[in-house]
Amino acid sequence: MTKHRNSIVFWAGAAVFLIAVLSMTQIVRNEYPFFAGYVILQFIALAVAWSILGGYAGYVNFGTNAFFGVGVYTAVALFKATGAPLVVQIAAAAVVGMTLGFGVGLLTLRMRGIFFSIATIALAIIIETFVMNWRFVGGAAGIQIQRPPVMAPFDSYVKMLFFVQALLVVIAVSIARYIQNSRIGRGLQALRDDELAAECTGVPTLKLKLVACMISGALISAAGAPAAMYLQYADPSSAFNLSYSVSALAMALIGGTAHWIGPVLGAILLGSTQQLLAVTISSEVNVLVLGIMLVLFVVGAPKGIIGLLRPRYRLRAGGKP
Amino acid sequence: MFSMDLLLGAVVLGVLLGCFYAAVSVGLSVSFGLLDVPHVAHPAFLVLASYGVYQLNESYDIDPLLAGLAITPLFFLFGLLAYRVYYETFERRGSDAGVRGIAFFFGIAFIIEVLIILQFGVDQRSVSATYIGKSWRFGEFRIPIRQLVAFAVALALTVLLAVYLSKTFMGRAIRAVAQDEEALRLMGANPVRIKQFAFGIATAVLGIAGALLIIVAPVEPTLDRAYIGRTFCVVVMAGLGSISGTLIAAIILGVAESIVLTLFGASWAPAISFAMLLGVLAVRPQGLLGR
Repeated sequence: MTKHRNSIVFWAGAAVFLIAVLSMTQIVRNEYPFFAGYVILQFIALAVAWSILGGYAGYVNFGTNAFFGVGVYTAVALFKATGAPLVVQIAAAAVVGMTLGFGVGLLTLRMRGIFFSIATIALAIIIETFVMNWRFVGGAAGIQIQRPPVMAPFDSYVKMLFFVQALLVVIAVSIARYIQNSRIGRGLQALRDDELAAECTGVPTLKLKLVACMISGALISAAGAPAAMYLQYADPSSAFNLSYSVSALAMALIGGTAHWIGPVLGAILLGSTQQLLAVTISSEVNVLVLGIMLVLFVVGAPKGIIGLLRPRYRLRAGGKP
Repeated sequence: MFSMDLLLGAVVLGVLLGCFYAAVSVGLSVSFGLLDVPHVAHPAFLVLASYGVYQLNESYDIDPLLAGLAITPLFFLFGLLAYRVYYETFERRGSDAGVRGIAFFFGIAFIIEVLIILQFGVDQRSVSATYIGKSWRFGEFRIPIRQLVAFAVALALTVLLAVYLSKTFMGRAIRAVAQDEEALRLMGANPVRIKQFAFGIATAVLGIAGALLIIVAPVEPTLDRAYIGRTFCVVVMAGLGSISGTLIAAIILGVAESIVLTLFGASWAPAISFAMLLGVLAVRPQGLLGR
């Protein structure tokens, strides 16, 4: 009964959010809020997607940048080859990200802890090196992108991208929420607490991890796909920048990974702080703030913001009285 | 284009490079290999040491190797502190240490990187010494003397650490704690203090290794990212905690990188160590001389 009511509240909230975003794009004239807001939305999508594997399953993925970059370059290659519209680019990026997630999962998910994390960094660097040597998309020098004309009802491309990213956030959050409340989520939590025990009691651990890795990968790549259009430019060292990995990881862990709202809160808080700092001080300082916050939270508040706000999550997520 | 001479030159340079890689990796071989600390910040510590050496060389004109030796005690203390914080917050509490421990060191690495950028800027920095910039000719190919110096010091450092770990009392205690912590506790020894000391040694070695890093080539703040692949590749390929394995694995990596560099060009070089790391993890996760 309450679960049903929760669902209604959630979907109503999502609808209100999208309508608010859409009307904002129609009313507000200035482009800057959308320019900054897009980045924050992108971080929400990344942090939520990251926490599906990193939070629920406890596999620390350092390779967010691999999936992000793959999303960017899928979109770029497709756009350059066929001039495909944005929706097709995003869908293709999701498919490629999911395939990559499957491959990464098969190769690395039998590794535990730090080995998995290092392996994901390795994949990111290897893929980046391939893209650097791929002439068609500009190689190491990068590639300029000419945006196509904007579609109605939007009057500027940035506003449209803002709405599209908001849509991606809603999709990411609803998938994360579904997983959290389903058998998949409970299985992932079980294997996070004790993989051997989970396997012994019949949880299909490898299958669940593969599913988590594929979904997480697809969502990260999809969130990255519009980035080339947003920047009107793409180059390997920024598309595969390790700071995407540290941001996604930090925002998810700072928000707390026991509930989907954690990464959302973490990304909003850190994303807006970053935007503010980048404008007022410098972009180096905002990475510093991110790093310090990450270390402070990991040391002092292991369950993140939601753990501080609602102590009962500590009981539920930790599984210990 | 391709010739035996070229290949031979690449192999020789690769062996020199490999010994240098061994020197930058032995610390990790102790901290990660023996102590099981997920020390992702090891390469960041390394680059930090290089900047320390740069600072001493720049302001007091101290020879980079001496400067490296001078910051070694500082890095030893730094290592003691880092392990103490890690132990108090993660190892002692036990639960969920994996995820948070990795994130902790990842965060530390990023903080160090940004602090270096804020202090020194993003430009490349290099040191000056009499042996930098000259090279020896052997018929067709030349070997830079800086490579030879780095090779000799690196080899000495690695062998010294291997001897220390296998012959001295403290070294044996460190290996014992890696084998069976509980047994040590039952013998009345304090495993935490031994591990803390070992982590200090592993970090102190970085003083010299950092000097070698900046002698071999100019450094930049984000250089640690490339060395995550190299150091972990060497340590995993070696077999966790094996110092002699570290030397062998490092030489294999050095030769592989050098040959790829000669045959395919520099743009493929960054991927070599990571590809080898993935290969080892997939095929032989216990490494060459695994414990």
